[in-house]
Amino acid sequence: MSEPFLELKEVRTHFPVEHGILFRHRVGTVRAVDGVSLRLQRGEVLGLVGESGCGKSTLGRTILQLLPPTEGAVILAGKNLAELRGGALREARADFQMVFQDPYASLNPRMTVFDTLAEAIGAHKQVPSAEMPARVAALMEKVGLSRRFVKKYPHEFSGGQRQRIAIARALAVEPKLIVADEPVSALDVSIQAQIINLLAGLSREMRLTLIFISHDLSVVKHISDRIAVMYLGKIVESGPAAGVFEKPLHPYTKALISAVAIPDPEREKKRQRIILSGDPPSPLRPPSGCAFHPRCPDANADCSRVTPPLEEFQTGREVACLRAREIS
Amino acid sequence: MAAPAQPVAITGAEELEAGHSLWQDAWLRLRKNKLAVGGGVFILVLALASFLSPLIAPHSYDTQNLALGATSPSGQHWLGTDDLGRDLLSRILYGGRISLSVGLAATLVAVVIGVLYGTISGYFGGRVDVLMMRIVDILFSLPFIIFVILLMVIYGRNIYLLFLAIGAVEWLDMSRIVRGQVLSLKKQEFIEAAQALGLRRRRIILRHMIPNVLGIVIIYGTLIVPRVMLTEAFLSFLGFGVQPPMSSWGTLISEGARSMEEFPWLLIFPGLAFSSTLFSLNFVGDGLRDALDVRASKD
Repeated sequence: MSEPFLELKEVRTHFPVEHGILFRHRVGTVRAVDGVSLRLQRGEVLGLVGESGCGKSTLGRTILQLLPPTEGAVILAGKNLAELRGGALREARADFQMVFQDPYASLNPRMTVFDTLAEAIGAHKQVPSAEMPARVAALMEKVGLSRRFVKKYPHEFSGGQRQRIAIARALAVEPKLIVADEPVSALDVSIQAQIINLLAGLSREMRLTLIFISHDLSVVKHISDRIAVMYLGKIVESGPAAGVFEKPLHPYTKALISAVAIPDPEREKKRQRIILSGDPPSPLRPPSGCAFHPRCPDANADCSRVTPPLEEFQTGREVACLRAREIS
Repeated sequence: MAAPAQPVAITGAEELEAGHSLWQDAWLRLRKNKLAVGGGVFILVLALASFLSPLIAPHSYDTQNLALGATSPSGQHWLGTDDLGRDLLSRILYGGRISLSVGLAATLVAVVIGVLYGTISGYFGGRVDVLMMRIVDILFSLPFIIFVILLMVIYGRNIYLLFLAIGAVEWLDMSRIVRGQVLSLKKQEFIEAAQALGLRRRRIILRHMIPNVLGIVIIYGTLIVPRVMLTEAFLSFLGFGVQPPMSSWGTLISEGARSMEEFPWLLIFPGLAFSSTLFSLNFVGDGLRDALDVRASKD
């Protein structure tokens, strides 16, 4: 395997829980991301899935250095982003961008589309102002928006259109990596497919590496080359998208996949749902051993004592489960 | 291409569609508010008359006519004269000049200090925020009238010092309000997006933060003006404000109150000018709040 384009090494992002008004003292730690390692090739699309609160958004923000990791390395094209500070980090940001969940909150309501995009284009390059209109128009075309709208404000667009503007803004600096944090969960179902297709098309066209975060497996199914499943700050399973869907290894992945509706009514009728009991545990006090064991239908006595490492199960597929070989 | 385009085709040479900024929307809403528009017009007319008082005042504000003494309103002196025979209308116009400029200047001082302080405190957060806000708490607990009076005693009565002193007290509220706004704004995704783009901190504050707190600042700004004018009137009433023969509405009211049984017009007219200005300012402030309130704006 060649040198990965993006590599995460044992990334941890912890948040202190503090009490006290003038003199704060630490009373606990939320381990939002707790030891994630990952390798991605250039142009690959990774679907990152998990329940809400499992740390997938935190992981996305940590990769982009919007939240500094507590520990570990985020290596993009040979550069460890976690070590960059101040001006160096700001310059490096041209290489990686984010698309946010809520297109209603991610655009400045006081700026026109033109201002928003021009600001992004000019963030890392000197562009003569005479060239700007053409550049903005090209960008809008790329995301399927009419250039007639450049003078409009965010509140004059629909959610889908706003998300296109947000994608255009992310593309403006010509990044190599985009993290899309639940980019369609705030949109109508009818619009979701359009935005997913837009992102998929762009990543193919521009050889973009894309990390697509979602709580919905059916959303990432079509766009992803690979899928990583997160549970309580850790990756519990990863592998090629088709493989994971065909034959999930981790009991948690099985449960997630069983929740995806099947478009074929005949097969849909036979679909057996695995209902997990209980809520996801608090990342403030994770369970001992395998964090999933209190909800796992296949757990045995060992699971509450031994923390399973993420191990290669077969080529390209990894799983963190003590009983993976027995139950598969 | 995989992405199905939006229904609108890109043909290039089409006309650009004009957008409506939130400011424009707010302006349209404000224009529909009759009280606010009326208040605004009233203040504008009054301010214009006051600032042009050297040109339009019928008499000099300090020419005494002891032989005339206090007279009730007449054709010669529309609002009458005071016990020194000075024309009341002229004195009210000149007094308005002082009162309104104290109101505006002190508010400006308060807004500038408050916005900067609040933005810094909110944006940097953490320890900086805790420290800065505790300082505000301490200042809040000081009896500020004593502070102003002390200043006046030490530096003498000086109208510019009055601006500064009142402004330096009124910024406390403003800084708290702005800090609250900045705190909630900081969590907005568009601020994160600006950070992700690698924009400089200065640009993020100036382009993304401040324009979005400006609405609230304007609303509270218009509400500070009447408070400041009241403070000035109060200080003048106590004798710490402007010096005779200059007058402000505060001094006129205080003089009028002394002789209100014999010459009631000396209290009524300045009081009327002052209270109708305060009313108007509050109407404008309320109108602005309704017009600029983010919750009311369409999404």
